[in-house]
Amino acid sequence: MIRLTDTLRFAANSLAGFRVRSILMIIAMAIGVGAVVVLTALGEGARRYVVNQFSSLGTNLIIVFPGRTETGGNLPGMMVGRSPRDLTLDDAVALLRSRHVTRIAPLNIGSAYLSRGRLNREAPVLGTTHEFREVRGLEMSQGKFLPPADPTQAQSICVIGQTLSRELFGGESPVGEWLRIGDRRFRVIGVLGAKGRSLGFDTDELAIIPVASAQQLFNQPSLFRILVETRHRDSLGAAQDEIRRILKERHEGDEDVTVVTQDAVLDTFDRILRTLTLAVGGIAAISLGVAGILTMNVMLVAVSQRTSEIGLLKALGASGANIRNLFFAEAALLSALGAVAGLLIGAAGILIIRQIYPAFPAAAPAWAVVAAVVTAALTGVGFSLMPARRAARLDPVVALAKR
Amino acid sequence: MISLTGIERTFQVGDQTVRALANVNLEIGAGEYLSIMGPSGSGKSTLLNIVGLLDRPSAGTYKLDDRDVTGLSDEEQARVRRDKIGFVFQSFHLVPRLTALDNVSVPMMLAGIGVDERRRRAAKALTDYGLGDRMHHRPSQLSGGQRQRVAMARAAIMHPPVLLADEPTGNLDRASGHEVVALLEALNASGVTLIVVTHDPDLGQRARRQLHMVDGRIDTDDVQRP
Repeated sequence: MIRLTDTLRFAANSLAGFRVRSILMIIAMAIGVGAVVVLTALGEGARRYVVNQFSSLGTNLIIVFPGRTETGGNLPGMMVGRSPRDLTLDDAVALLRSRHVTRIAPLNIGSAYLSRGRLNREAPVLGTTHEFREVRGLEMSQGKFLPPADPTQAQSICVIGQTLSRELFGGESPVGEWLRIGDRRFRVIGVLGAKGRSLGFDTDELAIIPVASAQQLFNQPSLFRILVETRHRDSLGAAQDEIRRILKERHEGDEDVTVVTQDAVLDTFDRILRTLTLAVGGIAAISLGVAGILTMNVMLVAVSQRTSEIGLLKALGASGANIRNLFFAEAALLSALGAVAGLLIGAAGILIIRQIYPAFPAAAPAWAVVAAVVTAALTGVGFSLMPARRAARLDPVVALAKR
Repeated sequence: MISLTGIERTFQVGDQTVRALANVNLEIGAGEYLSIMGPSGSGKSTLLNIVGLLDRPSAGTYKLDDRDVTGLSDEEQARVRRDKIGFVFQSFHLVPRLTALDNVSVPMMLAGIGVDERRRRAAKALTDYGLGDRMHHRPSQLSGGQRQRVAMARAAIMHPPVLLADEPTGNLDRASGHEVVALLEALNASGVTLIVVTHDPDLGQRARRQLHMVDGRIDTDDVQRP
């Protein structure tokens, strides 16, 4: 019986004997493994990116918006073709009646020209209340956020992001200065800290004004969203039910709002992006399959090139099983080396992506790395099954006769 | 030691059946020195392959050391080849990417002998065959005579009781051929049964027992009295 170490050494020796071919094979395998690693890292990075974005909001957060997106059983509003009712500030205030609700932040959003002297630019303008800062966990770099106030009262004050501050005020401190937003003047009372992107808004480019002012500015009485913070994570469900009940009551019995939890939104994104990762990983795995077929081709060529060697080994006392194991070991070594090279390629690729997009958390999920290596091993060994068996069955007389 | 009874070997060539061996009966005793001669296609190589368990007879019985080896499994036949039979080929059949030392070690590797013992035994065999300074050369760096001596060291390394040589001097010049024959005969003198297949009458007539084959049959079987 040949020892395992000898089998491996002999196989390594044969691979070294056909150096160019072995290297090409390893590259083919490595590209497959590397592709799986890099592509799943991209997918996983996208998922983490989204999850991070959402996590920057609180986790005990409920989002209310007008209209129903979920398809339900009986929707009287849809049956008679009525458009959903506005979600008003009064609706938002009414939600505070629930004992599960600690804070609410009504949101109104639009786009307006901001100008100061000769400088002007367009920016998204968010109408909200004092509570928004806590709900979103925003940092201030200068001045104050919107003060606590009756949400229905318009006030000519605003808070701006860092980019706006720099572009409109240069090096000066904007706090206390006047700024024109649309056709109204607002006094800047604070500058947001640098936070970067969050939930699709670049807070650096955002101007925040009281929600009632925004309603006047955009002539839009309906709210865009109401962010509701609950007392505990555990009370999310109860709070959701109560919000629905309160709003249904206020909307004459129609359930014409959508109430979702942050988690539900997150779960959806999570699912979508996981599926996406799986899909790109699967596509990359096709290249592994191709590499497997290449392995088979190479092993078949190896068998026919080395018939006389196989015949000799048989004459010297190798059984069919020994021969099969030798070719198996070659394929396994090729696959293993290819997989290792592929992991290195993948790691290098991820490093490059991180260099180019530092904010993007590209990282190959462990399951993808394991799956890539296992697939490489299985295709390598699986596709060498047939060539190895062919080698094992070679008739030594025929094999030796060939020179 | 070797006992062939009613051995037949037929090949299918297209729709024709060719009889390479027809009813061969042969008894070879331990330590004999036998040459098999005959024209091409007379079946002498086929007979050697059957004796070497590289080929299976279509009919008949082959007993080696009183054991019927005709119907053994692939695994068992491989073991018999490894332990009892050494081969020397016309074209040497060395593994080109292995050094002389590693080539001689192959049968021991197949037998599962450890690396240290392999190296020791292979080095000793090569030294005995005058190749002590060529151990780490590859076949392409060796002359024909040296290659055949490596092949012989390999054939003898497991101390097989039977040594089969198929045209061992066919690819060699006269001087190298003599060296190889001397080594083969030395092995025979130490008790190894030696069977040589050859075209070369000079080589064939050195054997004490000479077989002439024609059309798959043993035509003459002469035993020389020394």
